Amino acid sequence: MTGLMQGKRGLVMGLANEKSLAWGISRKLAEHGAEIAFSYHGDPLRKRVQPLAQQLGSDFLIECDASNMDSLDAAFDQLKARWDTIDFVVHAIGFSDKNELRGKFVDTSLENFLLTLNVSAYSLVAVTKRACAMMPDGGSVLTLSYYGAEKVIPHYNVMGVAKAALEASVKYLANDLGPENIRVNAISAGPIKTLAASGIGDFRYILKWNELNSPMRRNVSIDDVGGAGLYMLSDLASGVTGEIHHVDGGYNVVGMKQEDAPDIALA
Amino acid sequence: MSDTAERVKKIVVEHLGVEEDKVTPDASFIDDLGADSLDIVELVMAFEEEFGVEIPDDAAEKIATVGDANRYIEEHKG
Repeated sequence: MTGLMQGKRGLVMGLANEKSLAWGISRKLAEHGAEIAFSYHGDPLRKRVQPLAQQLGSDFLIECDASNMDSLDAAFDQLKARWDTIDFVVHAIGFSDKNELRGKFVDTSLENFLLTLNVSAYSLVAVTKRACAMMPDGGSVLTLSYYGAEKVIPHYNVMGVAKAALEASVKYLANDLGPENIRVNAISAGPIKTLAASGIGDFRYILKWNELNSPMRRNVSIDDVGGAGLYMLSDLASGVTGEIHHVDGGYNVVGMKQEDAPDIALA
Repeated sequence: MSDTAERVKKIVVEHLGVEEDKVTPDASFIDDLGADSLDIVELVMAFEEEFGVEIPDDAAEKIATVGDANRYIEEHKG
């Protein structure tokens, strides 16, 4: 099956490198005929995004700091200058001071709490507001979350709180935009070793735990996430909105350690 | 040159796109090889993957040169 995204174009925000979940999704979208613009924040990321975009036949790169409303306005102006309308947006953006992604949540500073919630949760609202103005015939918005939004994961801390806000925002946005045939969904992916994940304390332990204790007894890949992303952004998911879709090998349904999983200690 | 040093060199050359003869033990990733802060994180991830070692943040912060990386990996690889 190919061509699910034929004739559709959209914006992917937050691609960093070839390990990014956004890359797994972008590759699948391009395989199925999507035309993609990429936004990046800062020159170090531009340098990484440019060759990846090129691999997918795109030269449409837009600078954007998603926590800054003027920068977002400018980015969408740039998008509009080339494309009148879009069909989808992938929001793969989050940030927190990594010193607070270890140790205790109770030690979170006000400054980093506000920064994390702004970049990682409010940005979806701000992006969706601007994107839906370019979706006169409907569209699909997809963001990325993690189980740490629902249950406590060691070290995930304020990012878990931000993801909880993000997931609730998905539902409220879905309700607001449903009448306009604009769907808003999230993929809650299992842990994957990405640039963003490198900031999380003891991430290797989280990966190992998930591998041993998920129903499928494995971690997920960016291709697993890409396939689900393709579904959410294509017409296959035409009746789906407000959904937090787990792509985690089933980890979220498990209530305790698997009997066959060994006890593992921190390396 | 040790096997570890050879493999480290290969990763650095591929990742940073620098000439092989520039990747000496004394070469600083940032000052001599033009790495930015994201390159450092990516290199550390690539070393972890290649050698099956874990390089925690406080150790990664002390890896400034190619030789520092070689030494850390030699001492910690399984």
